[in-house]
Amino acid sequence: MMRLPPFTYLAPKTVADAARLLGEHGADAMIVAGGTDLYPNMKRRQFEPKVLVGLGAISELRGVRGSASRGLSLGPMTTLTAVSQHAEVARHYPALATAAGLVSSPQLRNMGTIGGNVCVDTRCNYYNQSYEWRKAIGFCMKKDGDICLVAPGSSRCWAVSSSDTAPVLWSLGAHIRLTSADGERTVPIATLYRDDGIDYLAKRHDEILADIVLPPADGWRSRYLKLRRRGSFDFPVLGVAVNLRMDADVVSEARIVLGAVASLPREAKPAAESLRGQRLTEEAITRAADLAAGPAKPLDNTDYAHFYRKKMTRVFVARALRSLAGLDDGVDSTEAP
Amino acid sequence: MNKHEFSIIGQPLPKVDAWAKVVGETRYADDLVMPRMAHGKLLRSTHPHALIKRIDTARAQAVPGVYAVITGADLPRVKFGILPVSQDEEALCNERVRMVGDAVAAVAAQDEETAEQACRLIDIEYEPLPALMSIEESLGHPEIRIHEYGDGPNVHKNVALQFGDVEAAFARADLVREDVFFYEGNTHLPMEQHAAVAQWGADGKLTLWSSTQTPHYVHRLLARILDVPAAHIRVIAAPVGGGFGGKLDPFAHEIAACKLSQLTGRPVKITLTREEVFYVHRGRHPVLMWLKTGFTREGEITGSHIKTWLDGGAYGSYGVASTFYTGVINPVTYRMPVYKFEGARVFTNKPPCGPKRGHGTPQPRFALEVQIDKAAEQLGLDPADMRRRIVCEPFTKTANHLTVTTIGLGECIDKVVEASGWREKWRGWQTGAPRRGPLRRGVGFACSAYMTGAGTAIYWNSMPHSGVVLRADRSGGISVLCGATDIGQGSDSILAYLPAEVLGLDPKDVHVPPADTTLTPVDLGSYSSRVTLMCGMAAIQAAQRLRAVIARAVARKLEVDAELLVFRDRKVGVPDDWEKAVPFPHAVELAEAMHGVLAFPGSYAPPKRAGKYKGGGVGPSPCYSYSACAVELTVDEETGEIELHDVWIGHDVGRALNPLLVEGQVEGSVYMGIGEALMEAQVFRKGLHKHPSMLEYKSPTTLETPEIHTILVETDDPEGPFGAKEAGQGPLLPVLPAIANAVYNAVGVRVDEVPISPEKVLKGLDLKRQGKTPRVGPERIPLFKFKEPLVVESAFGQPADAVAVRPFADQETSR
Amino acid sequence: MKVRLALTVNGESREVLAPVHKTLLEVLREDLGLTGTKHGCELGECGTCTVLVDGEPVLSCLALPVAIEGRAITTIEGMAEGGELHPLQQAFAELGAAQCGYCTPGILLTAQALLDETPTPTRDEIKEALAGNLCRCTGYTKILDAVELASMRMGARK
Repeated sequence: MMRLPPFTYLAPKTVADAARLLGEHGADAMIVAGGTDLYPNMKRRQFEPKVLVGLGAISELRGVRGSASRGLSLGPMTTLTAVSQHAEVARHYPALATAAGLVSSPQLRNMGTIGGNVCVDTRCNYYNQSYEWRKAIGFCMKKDGDICLVAPGSSRCWAVSSSDTAPVLWSLGAHIRLTSADGERTVPIATLYRDDGIDYLAKRHDEILADIVLPPADGWRSRYLKLRRRGSFDFPVLGVAVNLRMDADVVSEARIVLGAVASLPREAKPAAESLRGQRLTEEAITRAADLAAGPAKPLDNTDYAHFYRKKMTRVFVARALRSLAGLDDGVDSTEAP
Repeated sequence: MNKHEFSIIGQPLPKVDAWAKVVGETRYADDLVMPRMAHGKLLRSTHPHALIKRIDTARAQAVPGVYAVITGADLPRVKFGILPVSQDEEALCNERVRMVGDAVAAVAAQDEETAEQACRLIDIEYEPLPALMSIEESLGHPEIRIHEYGDGPNVHKNVALQFGDVEAAFARADLVREDVFFYEGNTHLPMEQHAAVAQWGADGKLTLWSSTQTPHYVHRLLARILDVPAAHIRVIAAPVGGGFGGKLDPFAHEIAACKLSQLTGRPVKITLTREEVFYVHRGRHPVLMWLKTGFTREGEITGSHIKTWLDGGAYGSYGVASTFYTGVINPVTYRMPVYKFEGARVFTNKPPCGPKRGHGTPQPRFALEVQIDKAAEQLGLDPADMRRRIVCEPFTKTANHLTVTTIGLGECIDKVVEASGWREKWRGWQTGAPRRGPLRRGVGFACSAYMTGAGTAIYWNSMPHSGVVLRADRSGGISVLCGATDIGQGSDSILAYLPAEVLGLDPKDVHVPPADTTLTPVDLGSYSSRVTLMCGMAAIQAAQRLRAVIARAVARKLEVDAELLVFRDRKVGVPDDWEKAVPFPHAVELAEAMHGVLAFPGSYAPPKRAGKYKGGGVGPSPCYSYSACAVELTVDEETGEIELHDVWIGHDVGRALNPLLVEGQVEGSVYMGIGEALMEAQVFRKGLHKHPSMLEYKSPTTLETPEIHTILVETDDPEGPFGAKEAGQGPLLPVLPAIANAVYNAVGVRVDEVPISPEKVLKGLDLKRQGKTPRVGPERIPLFKFKEPLVVESAFGQPADAVAVRPFADQETSR
Repeated sequence: MKVRLALTVNGESREVLAPVHKTLLEVLREDLGLTGTKHGCELGECGTCTVLVDGEPVLSCLALPVAIEGRAITTIEGMAEGGELHPLQQAFAELGAAQCGYCTPGILLTAQALLDETPTPTRDEIKEALAGNLCRCTGYTKILDAVELASMRMGARK
């Protein structure tokens, strides 16, 4: 039986208490939300925190508030199931409901939270292995070692951002509120991520993700497509989030963000730019899809061959756009068939 | 007995253990808890190939709560293996490790955490050796030897058999095809991780409870490995939470638990982690195959020649048998008058391969059925019709001297063609009907055959393969003692149904205790689809012996001729005078008063029909099951992804003793075939298993599993219990080639290797677009010299030997 | 560090003194003797250890007891009411939906949660609900059939 290493568990009732505890315990402490990613990692000894600060008892972090016309506030401890089934989210931010509903398995969506998914550890199939396995192959720089096994000679870690919801929230223009004992700050979610497989969050260790704020949905239409081998359990090995604002049938604003092709979600700005002022014709879609595939730089450290993931970036971006354009090609628009 | 008037046979009854399973009562090995029980853990090698220079357990011994730490030095220096010809394993390696995951030490402690912590404090110094991770590397580096024995450097087994003149057969053919195929290795992935509890009593006697498919072989081998008289060892099979062939060898954790129990004077439990289950393995061999077959214009096969190279992994396991199985079963399906087989199993520094559902036969079946599809296209034939036309003749011998009895394959094909709408859906050899956008629909067809129990035991002997002791109780209940292990396939239920049928009882009146080497007669184990047939025949024999004695006693009481008595509804009587019928409990009392204690043995051994040539012992079986399969799927031309819609499968099971259980076996086989066809792969990188986890070893979920339509065909085989043949393995075989053929039908791409991943489909489509041959698969075969073949005359078409001449059979009592 | 846990399991209040880092799976099996909850990976990758917490399927291998004190935990042992099997249990037994039986407790509980929320699910809805429970024996066919049968019977009973 895989077991957790020992730790002390603290269950604050308020964000302020949680922030204080994190400040007190410093690097010894880690935050746990749903635990669906942290506990497996701890069982494999990727993390051995002395103290866990569980956020489950903080009611202010749970639930969805506001409205699509003024913007929604998603409590980070809201479960992925709740997010995916929330009527307002499903109607006005469909890509987010889709992404939340495609995370892992039904059970893990009942346990896992939107905040946890936003902050989920980067993944690499040289890293998400047991202690003994990592010892056998030689520890990598993300844990216990100083080399990179996927890109030998590299001075950085190439672990992959594996969140379904992060690229969607980025494409929706979400902001996050971070709270610490010293105060709080609200920043675009795009600034939360760093291009480093180890130090992948710009969140300070003592900061708590206290809120996720979606801008008003008005006029925006979104899609999320996910590539993975099975329809359940599997992390994305490519995620495509597209959010368009339409002025009649012309694109007035566009954001395309790719997940799981780098250590952070990658915004495909030239692709999005190319759509502005255009109708969603086959030509415009093809051009945008070709441009979007540019920033995708997958390496061979997830399921599926990296060249295949790169190739699929173009296909998936095109499919997301076709779906938004109402061009029915028989392909299920919520997920890869 | 008129076999068309069954009362239990043919009924869709719940399994006898179903109730315990749905309420969580069933106690699997890891659920066992005993007073003072210690928890064990194995330390496993972190090197694929290395010499062990030094092991120091001092730091581990010093951990508070640690009861004992052992290494290979604490066990008798004996090498073992499941096959007498491959004694190459050690429970805890002494001088050398041959794979990442080889066990080198074991700890018993007061809890699992302490044992694990202590394992990490065992200091081992290794001297790494070059690791050989593929067939090519192992054959290319004869100077590095993984084992000293075998048929050449790193060649575990090299076989060559020839039945008739293949070159002449090819010369006679209108079409000769040569193709190369590859079948990636994969693993059983039972949901239950292996577990064992050992208790070495103060009396010096050892009891082992284990999730094993073969308590008898474990019993035999433990005696040798531990150097303890077998009479002092008791092995009890716990209910097995999924086997599929993965729990058929004696394993390090079982042996270590025994030794640790002896040293600590406590019961010791060891449960493997999921990662360890991947290392224990014994799963599907990766096999590279070259297949050459001649066809006439009409689609008749003139002769076939197959060469196979098996990537065996680090140890022998069942590998010699696996090697033969890649060659010997192909001829039992279609008329194949001339046949040649060359096979080699190569050692590599990976977890050893062995028997997985279909043992060695899905690989050549994939090759043959895809090649037939290719030939059908060249010959302009409908692939279902072509197969239908060339089905073997029943009650004949094959080229390689296997005796086939009943064959329901023709009926399977007909019914699958009809149920699937093949005539409408298969639109000839042009590629797939466009559905919408990039989606292309396709259908594919394939057939197969599989054995119902191996004709010979693992070790040479003339004893029964299966034994039953049936005891009647004055309560009117009976107990069926048998060493068979229920791994979910329902063998306990079969052992209840058959005697209940013979004795006119309800299955609920029959008690089937678990396999226990001190209580139950030997059954060789749950492998090679042998249990229903062999235990079933033994159980029927025992029940008939009891029935005869009861009949004599009741006949005397009722003053009628015993021949006139009928056993039904828990009564024994004459049908015409049923109100006088004696209730079964009373009948038992009458019989016990007359005969003494009512305990009767039943024994079964297969008919002795091994071919009279060296190697002729692998392949013979009392009878063979047959399957035909059609698949409908969609291929996405932009992503290469495959979506399965429906699988239709017709299976000749001889007789469905319980159609519900047979369907369950067929559906499970189809499921496992789908996984192997599309996504399951046991692959390695830098000397290690690439992804020993449930997340990255892809087992299909409900969402990837199509609707499975099962059609059972009954042929009432004279060899089987009430006519039954196997169902648990054969239906896996045609699924993979049917999928490959359907992909070709959909998009015109031949993927000649499994798994058929989206990357491979896309590669094929790219080749097609470039005007190249749209085929993805292996291009080369190794430079390798097979043995001079043993040349034997083909026995093709000869009439079968007499049926039912078997050791231990009661000739006077018909079935 | 051991903590005193007050858990509500199958309607009973149970107190356990256990290290805080023991998962619900371990506490159920090792401290409460409820071995009906099985485990296949302990990493959230197979669904075998599913139990219900306040009626929702969760994985006991990744749940900390300390975090769910006071919530209603249901294991397979609590699925039958008294001596009467839940219609799902009855249907699973009758249709042969349990082969080796090892994944069965988790699947039964997941299916129970589905039927509690959606009494007459479509076959696709059943597949979606059970997509987090691997089974290696059945090909899921008889499992889906059994959930449909139980749903039908429960509808008829009302």
